[in-house]
Amino acid sequence: MDGLTKMIDLTTDLGFLKLKNPVLAASGTFGYGLEFEPYYDLARLGGFVVKGLYFGPREGNPPPRLVETTGGLINAIGLQGIGVEAFSEKILPKIRVLDTAVIVNVCGADDDEYVAVVEFLDGREGIAAYELNISCPNVRTGGLCPALSPRSTSRLVRRVKDVAKRPVIVKLSPNVTDIAEIARAAEDAGADGIALVNTFLAMAVDVETRRPKLANVLGGLSGPAVKPIALRMVYQTASRVRVPVIGMGGIMTGTDALEFLMAGAAAVEVGTANFVDPDAAVRIIGEIEEWCRGRGVARIRDIVGTLETA
Amino acid sequence: MTIDRNARIRETHAWGDYHLLEIESPALGRKARPGQFVMVKIASGPVPLLRRPLSIHDAGQAGIELFFKVAGQGTELLAGKRPGDALDIVGPLGRGFSVPEAMNGKRAFLVGGGRGIAPLYFLARELAAAGVRPTVFYGGRTVADIPLRSRFEQAGWELRCSTDDGSFGFPGLVTGLVERDLGRAKPDLLYACGPDPMMKALAATARGSGVPAEFSLESMMGCGIGACWGCVHRVRGESGETWTKICEDGPVFPGDRIVWTD
Repeated sequence: MDGLTKMIDLTTDLGFLKLKNPVLAASGTFGYGLEFEPYYDLARLGGFVVKGLYFGPREGNPPPRLVETTGGLINAIGLQGIGVEAFSEKILPKIRVLDTAVIVNVCGADDDEYVAVVEFLDGREGIAAYELNISCPNVRTGGLCPALSPRSTSRLVRRVKDVAKRPVIVKLSPNVTDIAEIARAAEDAGADGIALVNTFLAMAVDVETRRPKLANVLGGLSGPAVKPIALRMVYQTASRVRVPVIGMGGIMTGTDALEFLMAGAAAVEVGTANFVDPDAAVRIIGEIEEWCRGRGVARIRDIVGTLETA
Repeated sequence: MTIDRNARIRETHAWGDYHLLEIESPALGRKARPGQFVMVKIASGPVPLLRRPLSIHDAGQAGIELFFKVAGQGTELLAGKRPGDALDIVGPLGRGFSVPEAMNGKRAFLVGGGRGIAPLYFLARELAAAGVRPTVFYGGRTVADIPLRSRFEQAGWELRCSTDDGSFGFPGLVTGLVERDLGRAKPDLLYACGPDPMMKALAATARGSGVPAEFSLESMMGCGIGACWGCVHRVRGESGETWTKICEDGPVFPGDRIVWTD
């Protein structure tokens, strides 16, 4: 084999989970996976994270739920979803047969619900790991989410880790003062991996009506507009935890993904790009591969955390 | 569902803020059904970030036609495209209008308000091919808002126009015109696309006269393929009322399932 056709080794070992490449599709931007089957073979992905699941079905917010901003998208979907039972019966049998890692994003209105979701899903086959969405508004704390303090993060992660039979990735909110501190709390409580970041709390105003553009007033900003901030947070967090970090926030291209990998992410999630191009995640995998080939990099793992700051 | 990254604009037509693009894309044209839509990429960079949903105005072996009104940054950029330009289009998407088979010799009312006329040309053509007699109701604020009337006339279907300001055709809302004609000769089916208040009024009219109706809903969309859950409308289903995705379960819904708000 010559240098041009040599296969690049994209395999990524998170320790608790081996991926065929470092690209996952992000929760909330990939439905339950099946929505993307018409566009490519999902087995080409490192994996995908299905839409956040509460225990029961969930209504979500009234529309308008979306507003486009400069280089970004603010959403206030309200985690509408079908719940664990319908997911297990209607969706899981179709996606667990795919040759890729299926990760379930776990939600809860309180700690008990997170535990209930995990206990229910532990009894079902075909899930590689849980991604704990600790950014759900928590009824017990008056609507604050566990991700906002090290204490509530720690308490929730401990409770879930006590029961979970599968690896637990904790997905952090960027709407905090020191995200690395929260990551440390999650790690100390037993998290197997850290995913960051979720969306940035944001809003938009219609100046003609003087009303917010979202029915929910506030929403979460994602897309290329947030990438530099997300990257900074991944960089700051990766140096402070030992468990693998999964980076995300506005990744639209292979170059974007490589920035996160160099900054210390072992893998990345592609989110809003899936809306813009249904095949964005596989295009990004191809672009990462091309970049490696062009630079004589044989293994993607040799790129992770190679940022030079001196 | 296809991603055609090399759909090519064959011709463009403009009437003020209204635009029609003839697009070469056999992949999209061959699969399209009346009432379906496409997601059109506007810019290669991040502004504007999202594709724009546009309903299919007509389709055939060679490609599709899109009819739209400039309503913001995305449609404005799209209106600036020229013949020969390539477009990146995902589609055809969603569930379109039903064209029942046992309709030979029956009559259908097709009601379009403003840019809502877009999907009704394709529908009228398919209905006519199925032996249905379409009557097209086309309403706008002024005569400038009903630019496609000669196109519908040339197709040979019955066309009734209205303008809110009385500058052309029936003076007043198109719903008034439909009500008047419905009293004279009841159709077997009613289809509509336009502003929500128009469709809400038509839903009440259709229900009152026992005419089965279908409505095409419009919404801003994040993805168009059912992944973001951003484009919901209140719809009655088997398990009661839910926020239902317009892109995946619609954009066309039976009138008796749509819950109208306001």
